[in-house]
Amino acid sequence: MLVDFFLHLKARQLPVSTKELLALLEALAARLVSGSLDDFYLLSRAIMVKDEALYDRFDRAFGEYFRGVEALPGLDAMVPAEWLELAARRHLSEEDRLKLQKLGYEKLFEQLKARLAEQKERHAGGSKWIGTAGTSPYGHGGYHPEGVRIGGESAGNRTAVKVWEKREFRNLDDSVELGVRNIKVALRRLRRFARKGAATELDLDGTITGTARNGGWLDLQMRPERHNAIKVLLFLDIGGSMDDHIQTCEELFSAARSEFKHLEHFYFHNCVYEGVWKDNRRRHDEKMATWDVIHSYGPDYKLVFVGDASMSPYEIARPGGSIEYWNEESGAVWMERLLNTWRHAVWLNPIAEEHWGYTPSIHMLQELMGKRMFPLTIDGLERAMRSLSR
Amino acid sequence: MKFEGTDSYVTTRDLTLAVNAANVLQRPLLIKGEPGTGKTMLAEEVARALGLPLFQWHIKSTTKAQQGLYEYDAVSRLRDSQLGDPRVEDIAHYIVHGVLWQAFECDQPSVVLIDEIDKADIEFPNDLLRELDRMEFYCYELHRTVKAKHRPLIIITSNNEKELPDAFLRRCFFHYIRFPDKETMTRIVDVHFPTLKRDLLREALEVFFQLREVPGLKKKPSTSELIDWLKLLLAEDIPPEALRAKEAKDAIPPLHGALLKNEQDVHLFERIAFMARRKP
Repeated sequence: MLVDFFLHLKARQLPVSTKELLALLEALAARLVSGSLDDFYLLSRAIMVKDEALYDRFDRAFGEYFRGVEALPGLDAMVPAEWLELAARRHLSEEDRLKLQKLGYEKLFEQLKARLAEQKERHAGGSKWIGTAGTSPYGHGGYHPEGVRIGGESAGNRTAVKVWEKREFRNLDDSVELGVRNIKVALRRLRRFARKGAATELDLDGTITGTARNGGWLDLQMRPERHNAIKVLLFLDIGGSMDDHIQTCEELFSAARSEFKHLEHFYFHNCVYEGVWKDNRRRHDEKMATWDVIHSYGPDYKLVFVGDASMSPYEIARPGGSIEYWNEESGAVWMERLLNTWRHAVWLNPIAEEHWGYTPSIHMLQELMGKRMFPLTIDGLERAMRSLSR
Repeated sequence: MKFEGTDSYVTTRDLTLAVNAANVLQRPLLIKGEPGTGKTMLAEEVARALGLPLFQWHIKSTTKAQQGLYEYDAVSRLRDSQLGDPRVEDIAHYIVHGVLWQAFECDQPSVVLIDEIDKADIEFPNDLLRELDRMEFYCYELHRTVKAKHRPLIIITSNNEKELPDAFLRRCFFHYIRFPDKETMTRIVDVHFPTLKRDLLREALEVFFQLREVPGLKKKPSTSELIDWLKLLLAEDIPPEALRAKEAKDAIPPLHGALLKNEQDVHLFERIAFMARRKP
């Protein structure tokens, strides 16, 4: 029972496991909900979904799975039995069909026909008549494993279908929203604590062991405090086409600033060449040689580029391609130098992933980065951080 | 025994269903939601409504999973041994029972609140997997297994500061407390201020929801802030007309300090109000 529903959720990429399916069946066996699709929806959501970011995906999957039950003509129309049979076949699993022993197909439709004939007025509630919000296998708004929904106005003003079709949780989906706080959470994936520096903290366990070894005389042990030991080099593309993405980059920057103790940032324009700068207002006076950067920071740093990677392909491939000055060596050469120095590197691109295919330079940099370019969304950030911590 | 909300706590259908499912199937219930939507209150109210004792465990960034089970107070024992105290012979004197131990040994079913689990270290939930699953743990110092006499109903709250591990989530039921809509909000306020004049309430809610709509606010006012604000309005005896901002000369609601907790937000809001006022 409900195996199809479970597999449908799985196919819609909801992270559900057998354990949860069993829990849901257990809940149904315990009669936690009785005959309401509304309640079934809420119950299955509480059990199957563990993250509000997935609520929207669940709503859609739930809607898809139970929608077919709606797609039948209204009560006023004569309902040919074949239609119902077809529709029911489509939405019942093998197991469910076997379970139909107590009613059986023929009987189900015979009864339905008989009731159609008997029924003179609209009916709501109850467990026998075709109508709304009941436990009868016919009608809609109700819940019955063998139920067949017959279209029409929905029961009450808050039917089950409405709840998930409103898709109220859409903006919690993690591919959309991005703020300083969300970025921080994503960046925290990179945290790795280590003890370094001066011994300032009392090591209680060490002290006790030491004292015991000392025959009962106090032997104080100290140890250094724990710090986030991750070191990050941030290269930010600035100016030109990046102006559209300034806010996102600012947010990323301020989040990264407070998250990493060892963060060094540099600016570049479009692609990295022999010089980068730390202060954008004085970029022409205080340029720093990229060689110096390569020599100053050890291989334990992690390299993060932020840029839209949208430029003329010449700016990457050819010497002298830069739009600002004559560069002796091509951007690709410099990119390779950087990537050889720091093994852990990612490129974050504020342009949506589905548009990358239209810009050749994005493709080129994606190749240079060894497919480690990620979109600047929460989901992309998380993938990037996972790639960095590998 | 079913939880249906209490006289001082308004629940929605989805929340009661999640609580009852967790209670009947004896699984931990993970609660998330905007700050101030009553996540922590829930455990207290569930315990009160079901008539069960409540054990609270508030998590900090330094909390270790072991502290919820028990702690071995080695320092006291060391001191006692230096002073020649006879208690030192029995190690059980120095085992301090944690929240879960107390709940497991309780003679009746109980409710355990693990508050703000996301504040702890990333590994914290993983260290509690077996304890939450089997409701038992082994005490090495006493060489015995502590097993729950009655499986407690465990309610866990999280503010989403850290991602919780999958293995942990698999064992929980989950509910996200949404920000209440106007109807639910009216019920909540009714519960807290049964004597509040209806029109004052209507005007106040109007202002409150408008304020939540203001774009760019760093921290949107939440339910608990609304209730604080209403308390102030009542204490100051502000007439409902004063809240009707559109015609009034100043568009800033009185005592807005209770609703906006951030200097930049107050500033932004005053600026917007000022611009609105300049319009004819």
